Amino acid sequence: MSTTAAPPPKKVNRLGLEVVNYKGSKTTLCASCGHNSISERIVECFYELGVDPMNVAKFSGIGCSSKSPAYFLGLSHGFNGVHGRMPAIATGALLANRNLLGIGVTGDGDTASIGIGQFMHLVRRNMPMIYIIEDNGVYGLTKGQFSATADLGSTLKTGTHNDLPPFDCCALALKWGATFVARSFSGDKKQLQAIIKTAIAHRGLSLIDVVSPCVTFNDHEGSTKSYSYVKDHEEALHELSFVPFFEEISVEIPEGEVRDVEMHDGSHLRIRKLDRDYDPTDRIAALAVLEEASKKHEVLTGVLYLDTTKPTFIDLLNMTDEQVATLPQSKVRPSRAALDEAMEELR
Amino acid sequence: MSTLEASPAERVFEEPGRVVTNDLSIQVATVIGSGSQTANSVLMRAIFQMGIPVSGKNMFPSNIAGLPTWFTIRASHKGYIGRRKEVDFLVAMNPETAREDVTKLDSGAEVVYDEPLKLNELRSDLRFYPVPFDKLVAPVCPDAKLRKLVRNMIYDGVVAWILSVEMEEVQKALVKQFGKRKAKAAELNWNAARAGYDFAERTFAKSAAHRVERMNATAGKIIIDGNSACALGAMFAGVTVVTWYPITPSSSLVESLIGYMKRFRMDPETGKATYAIVQAEDELASIGMALGAGWAGARSMTATAGPGISLMSEFIGLGYYAELPAVIYDVERVGPSTGLPTRTQQGDILMVATLSHGDTKHPMFFPCSPEECFSMSIDAFEFAEKFQTPVFVMTDLDLGMNNWMADPFPYPEKLMDRGKVLTAEDIERLGGFARYRDVDGDGVGYRTLPGTQHRAAAYFTRGSGHNDKAQYTEREDDYINNMDRLAHKFEVMRRHVPEPVEHAREGASIGFVAVGTSDYAVRESCDQLEREYGIAADYLRLRAYPFTERLKDFIRRHDRVYVVDQNRDGQLLALLRLEFDADLIAKLRSLRYYGGLPLDARTVTDEVLRQENQ
Repeated sequence: MSTTAAPPPKKVNRLGLEVVNYKGSKTTLCASCGHNSISERIVECFYELGVDPMNVAKFSGIGCSSKSPAYFLGLSHGFNGVHGRMPAIATGALLANRNLLGIGVTGDGDTASIGIGQFMHLVRRNMPMIYIIEDNGVYGLTKGQFSATADLGSTLKTGTHNDLPPFDCCALALKWGATFVARSFSGDKKQLQAIIKTAIAHRGLSLIDVVSPCVTFNDHEGSTKSYSYVKDHEEALHELSFVPFFEEISVEIPEGEVRDVEMHDGSHLRIRKLDRDYDPTDRIAALAVLEEASKKHEVLTGVLYLDTTKPTFIDLLNMTDEQVATLPQSKVRPSRAALDEAMEELR
Repeated sequence: MSTLEASPAERVFEEPGRVVTNDLSIQVATVIGSGSQTANSVLMRAIFQMGIPVSGKNMFPSNIAGLPTWFTIRASHKGYIGRRKEVDFLVAMNPETAREDVTKLDSGAEVVYDEPLKLNELRSDLRFYPVPFDKLVAPVCPDAKLRKLVRNMIYDGVVAWILSVEMEEVQKALVKQFGKRKAKAAELNWNAARAGYDFAERTFAKSAAHRVERMNATAGKIIIDGNSACALGAMFAGVTVVTWYPITPSSSLVESLIGYMKRFRMDPETGKATYAIVQAEDELASIGMALGAGWAGARSMTATAGPGISLMSEFIGLGYYAELPAVIYDVERVGPSTGLPTRTQQGDILMVATLSHGDTKHPMFFPCSPEECFSMSIDAFEFAEKFQTPVFVMTDLDLGMNNWMADPFPYPEKLMDRGKVLTAEDIERLGGFARYRDVDGDGVGYRTLPGTQHRAAAYFTRGSGHNDKAQYTEREDDYINNMDRLAHKFEVMRRHVPEPVEHAREGASIGFVAVGTSDYAVRESCDQLEREYGIAADYLRLRAYPFTERLKDFIRRHDRVYVVDQNRDGQLLALLRLEFDADLIAKLRSLRYYGGLPLDARTVTDEVLRQENQ
């Protein structure tokens, strides 16, 4: 029967977990690195949606970006793999346990340079997982070389010009099979949150290309991935908000202004029109706006494409609902009669 | 000083007119894509069904159709099923190679050939059987388009008459080959075989130097290729994630596995697969998927050959340091891709032993037979999880792709042991865990799987830059401790790998050490050396790396030990040298063959004689 006032109740999500349960270890990346903002958004989104962190597996390749899974979701298993080959590890792990929510974090070098092959095949399989490219157009850990997403004509700190055109990872993902494709900016908190939440709810490959400036090697005049360049050139396709399945949709939808897309789990992605009509279920239109934006040197952000109907790779494999990794012996070792049958055929 | 007798002891020379029973080798020279595989399999199976130990080896080019291919069948009442160099009986169907094939024969050999080739003009010391294949095939195969495929079956009939292969067994083998669904094809082929038999009966006197005669040495046995045996082993080991990229000679391992899994590994209640099989985009991906799956708790595997192993190298290093279970089948062959990809070799032993960057070493299992392909597959999956490391099953093209006689595989009675995996309850009881701490003194830490419902279950997996709690570190002492534990783990493996098999002989002062398919040649050579030259040789067949103490003991007990390698540089020998002191190394001799064909006994025997005589 204490007479002192009770401490204010701790803020928890629908699982009773606090936001601290979604944090990782302290970041070792540079101060103001765009990647740190993305880690913060991941923490917020997983916390706010009440995702069980013990059901999440984190994957990464090599590079600054790929260190970041240590800095969020400390209660989740994580795997820092080899350069450019996170997709293979993630695919194997998620086939072993299809009930995990997989999130991969990679960089532009890791994905578009060394890892372009694995990236394309992951896309082609529509492997159900979240795939975030922390895209700064430059190699940080090896101290500032161009990657394959660096824009034509952009320069390094040393003044070196980039003579080759960039891969647009969103365009590649659109063309070859990803079912959720979005581009955002690490500095755009609200938009990135809505996109990550949609990715969590999506069943299929969610490709999120986040322009995430490198403050040490690529934030100068002449860079097209600097904070100031992106702020000046960002063009949002639309305004996004995400309504999770456990919240009532309270606001009436004004005809023609807002489009609601229902996700598998009953959540809604709410897309509010800005200055253009844009249909994110039209793949051809998505490719066209990217091409147009590229010509105008715009950084076009928002949800480029969303298809909630296409079967995932796991659907195609006709796998049992239970994770195969831990099936009991009775399910994975055929009977004595089966062996007898196989032997008899060979006699 | 030589221990060799000056003259061979009891060499048996064949007398003219003497008929040799159940001891011959037949070589069939055809063109790839001409349907000869059916004819060859049927002939081999018919001899097998007569109870005679038999082996069949396909020597084929990297080609889909048009290039020459040879198939050798060896029947041996003594049970020798290794390759025999000498050809007693040639079936010459390929105009491209016929003249050279005939030129290479030993005097006294017999030749069935396509009449228009006129091979009888080449030599007078051989016995020739001309057969007008085109004339014989037309009446039994009205459809001209099918004639090319059916034509080869005629030589089965001809050979059956000449060598006394029972035609009922040829028919049974045909039915087995085609199954019930292709009864029409079986009948067409049977008519062709029959036509060949009738022609031979009408035309040739039964006076061949060789014949076969029913015996009872194959009762209950099966015929299977090593790749299918590995596939069955993997399935009964409970594999759940299979990743692969097609490469000769390993492709048929996974293809066979796909067939078996579809039949025997669908959940009877839901009709859904209790596994995933993925054809990856390359070997970089297939090994990554296998390791990712192993990390998440699956029994995972991939199958490949040397070039694929090269591509897997970086990932294997990560697998070693992060301590991830996976089974990698390496069906060895000659490399590189534009080498002789369809020829056999034990060419990856040294590469695999220390594959990847830094201080890495990997366990290898060396099956020599289909029986061991099956049993050691199960051992390998257990071993990978027990020691949390990639395990290599090293076979070769000879074992993997050729058909072998084998005893039926015994059902695995031992329950699956998934190794040191902590559940949420375990962690609750223990109050936490440290992923890489050597709690039990065997170098193997306890792991948790992603998805474990406990707040202390997660850890972050990375290469060697971690302490025993899996936390990031670059500290000198943490790194050294980790590396020493890994080295200790490898030493513990030494006591758990499959033990070698030893064949001892009275009074032997020399010995052989070999792995895998060298076994057949070495065992036959031991007989040859003793029978023909009075030399007794012991033989230790290694079945795994790291080597066990018994290897050292074996070398100590002998004056000289011949280490048999099917590669140019003596890779097995090199691996032995890495482990031993100078006194043991001084006893080692290298015996190498690297021509791309399965090793034969005579090559081994001749090489031992040469070296013993020096």
